[in-house]
Amino acid sequence: MRKTEENIFKFLMILSTIIISSTLFLILYTIFSRGVGSLSWNMISKIPEGGFYIGKGGGILNAIIGSVYITFGSTLLGLLVSIPIVIYINVYAKKNSLLANITRLSYDILFGIPSIVYGAFGFAIMVYMGLKTSLLAGIITVTLMIIPILVRAIDEVVRVVPEDMSNSVYSLGGTRYETAKILLRQSIPGIITAILLSFGRAIGDAACVLFTAGFTDSIPTSLDQPAATLPLSIFFQLSSPIQEVQNRAYAAATILTIIVLIISIAAKIASKNLSKNII
Amino acid sequence: MKNIRLLKDRFLSKAFLTLTILSIFTVVLIGLGLFYKSLPLLHSTSLWNLLSSSEWKPFKETFGFYPFIVGTFWVTGIAIIIALPLSMLTAIYLSEYANIRVRKLVLPLIELLSGIPPVLFGVWGVLVIVPLIQDRIAPYFIEFTTGYSVLAGGIVLAIMIFPLIISILIEVFDNVPQELRDASSALGATQWQTTKKVLLRKSVDGIIASVVLAISRAFGETIAVLMVCGNLAQVPKSVFDSGYPLPALIANNYGEMMSIPMYDSALMFAALLLFVIIFLFNAISRIILFRIEKRTN
Amino acid sequence: MIIQPHISIQNLNVHIGENHILKNINLDIPDKKVTSLIGPSGCGKTTLLKTMNRLLDRQTDVRVEGKVLVDGENIYDPKVEVTHIRKKMGLLSQRPFPLPMNIYDNIAYGQRIHGNNNKKDLDEIVEKHLRGVNLWDEVKDRLKSPATRLSIGQQQRLCLARGLAIEPEIILGDEPTSALDPISTQHIEELFLQLKEKYTIVLVTHILRQARRVSDYIGFVYMGEIIEFGPTEEILLNPKEKLTRDYVKGFLS
Repeated sequence: MRKTEENIFKFLMILSTIIISSTLFLILYTIFSRGVGSLSWNMISKIPEGGFYIGKGGGILNAIIGSVYITFGSTLLGLLVSIPIVIYINVYAKKNSLLANITRLSYDILFGIPSIVYGAFGFAIMVYMGLKTSLLAGIITVTLMIIPILVRAIDEVVRVVPEDMSNSVYSLGGTRYETAKILLRQSIPGIITAILLSFGRAIGDAACVLFTAGFTDSIPTSLDQPAATLPLSIFFQLSSPIQEVQNRAYAAATILTIIVLIISIAAKIASKNLSKNII
Repeated sequence: MKNIRLLKDRFLSKAFLTLTILSIFTVVLIGLGLFYKSLPLLHSTSLWNLLSSSEWKPFKETFGFYPFIVGTFWVTGIAIIIALPLSMLTAIYLSEYANIRVRKLVLPLIELLSGIPPVLFGVWGVLVIVPLIQDRIAPYFIEFTTGYSVLAGGIVLAIMIFPLIISILIEVFDNVPQELRDASSALGATQWQTTKKVLLRKSVDGIIASVVLAISRAFGETIAVLMVCGNLAQVPKSVFDSGYPLPALIANNYGEMMSIPMYDSALMFAALLLFVIIFLFNAISRIILFRIEKRTN
Repeated sequence: MIIQPHISIQNLNVHIGENHILKNINLDIPDKKVTSLIGPSGCGKTTLLKTMNRLLDRQTDVRVEGKVLVDGENIYDPKVEVTHIRKKMGLLSQRPFPLPMNIYDNIAYGQRIHGNNNKKDLDEIVEKHLRGVNLWDEVKDRLKSPATRLSIGQQQRLCLARGLAIEPEIILGDEPTSALDPISTQHIEELFLQLKEKYTIVLVTHILRQARRVSDYIGFVYMGEIIEFGPTEEILLNPKEKLTRDYVKGFLS
């Protein structure tokens, strides 16, 4: 009897693990099998031409470039804010101080706020300041969304640097700032993983940029112009009733999938191999 | 030279402190900003009416959020019902049964799954789940459905929250001391009995925290759900009916937001609702998890 | 017995949270000698060592009362600049922690943060101190390779050289050989014997034989108190206190 129950549950566990693991492949397979056929050089080298949305020629270079701008811009801005915060709670504040704990809790909560809320908030701010949908507004809103990702991921690696490492610097007469620099250096692999994580989130996000970055068929040349993004390009093309346009949505989805896979795998490799100089 | 170093250190200390405190206030700022934008609506209609009325007629400035709230609960509920047992069994398997090689193979896959952008889940839902419901599942129960339904939304969401639940549960299980398991095994319990009587019992609060967190994640998911849910402003009667969750409402109508009076206020109110619910759920589950971590250290 | 104190600890009490970790410590560390602090683990000897260069500062809930005079200056005086105090002391921790940079930069780091960027000067300092810990011949061809590639014994000597390169007066060792193999341990002990010509050394150790081999004076710490302090032979062979006698009994047998 005991044995039967044991076996039933073991079977169920293995089954669940297989189901969950296979969803990834199922999704990848579906998207690739539908998208690869429509993939062409024009897709990634041209911007939409006249009649693009009724099936005429052109590509989604506008969306690719827009996504790249937003991803890099927001990650850079995000780092400028997150690194000082992580340094503050790990080096300047005392260990497990109230402020450090409150900060960590707030970022756990901010991490859970969905991107649609960030988008709506970004929109409210935009209207308040009289801004239009633009690359800049998109970058700022996405930055708000990824700061919690960066803070949490970087904090996780800086926090586990052994205390003796910082004591070494202090005992040489180092200031807290100098200690912080050493801790960051020690955490480089983790920081790179965090950056790639943030790339992945920023490039895949649709709800934030929907409100704030707008959408356009041309490539933005300045920060106050609207910008297209890959997820939105997929979303808009898929809602078209025309078959060619839908096919292009699948091709665009394939491109996004490939980009995201490359980023994820790079993150894995980075966290494994970048440990030169590190204990 | 020496003084410059020390001054720099002191200056940065103040600057970083300011930045840290300001950044914490983002939470407050988001709440206040959305509240401020919802004020016009809250002045014209009572909160109770907004939440309980089913009448959604933007042109008449009548906004009843009931169908959207119910739609959100339907997709979230379905997602949790599907995801929780599967994720829990998987997490137990990975932390208690599987050898290190299986763990090292499966965990990266789950991690990869969590990195897939929502829009791709939506594309997959449109290609696979919607036709599956329309052609294979629904015909056993009802005459006709387009497949764009709360069930489709729930299934897609379930897959999206697998990684979240599993990663938290594995962490919670890892925090249960090995000695407890050994004590149980030493009394002759089978591995499943140990799991049931010791592991799960010791992890109740962690499991609750993971579910609450998963609910709040499901609540806010937008694009993927929007693409498969059908988006009809009605209260779903069965899982095969279309629904219209709050995030989809916001995302779908932002274009007209400024052209219809009060509409922007209504959509911002929807965002505020999401924010408040998710904030509370997150805070509760994070505090539980924080306590668990503290207890083990 | 006339001893010239380099560090003088007066009525020191340390509380961490609810716990009274160090109780009314009075201790004079003699100049240019090796002083060992011995005692069972958890007795407070490491905390005592850390009060000497204020490494306790960063912990939450720490209360330090009393005075620690270094060269006659109370380092817990609020007006004292803590980096200036720490520059006077090199620290050797239980496990070596090379900084995440190459061998050369590890030694030059202390000089650089204190404003010395003269290449020629740094070259000399690096060579001098690597020679000082007998590491020069082993690493002179790979000064630019990561310090983590060294063996753990070499790393500990590197950390010692790194501490010496800021030209301190005092060396603090917190069980510095506990992670090392017997040969590396011997290296470090020999270095201590050489270095006491120029430096005051305070060593926390739980190995009584090591205390006997390297130290001139021993302080026995038990439950946060200094039970007895005196010359090495006296403490180990002829202790006055019963507690000390019980603790060193293992050593005698």
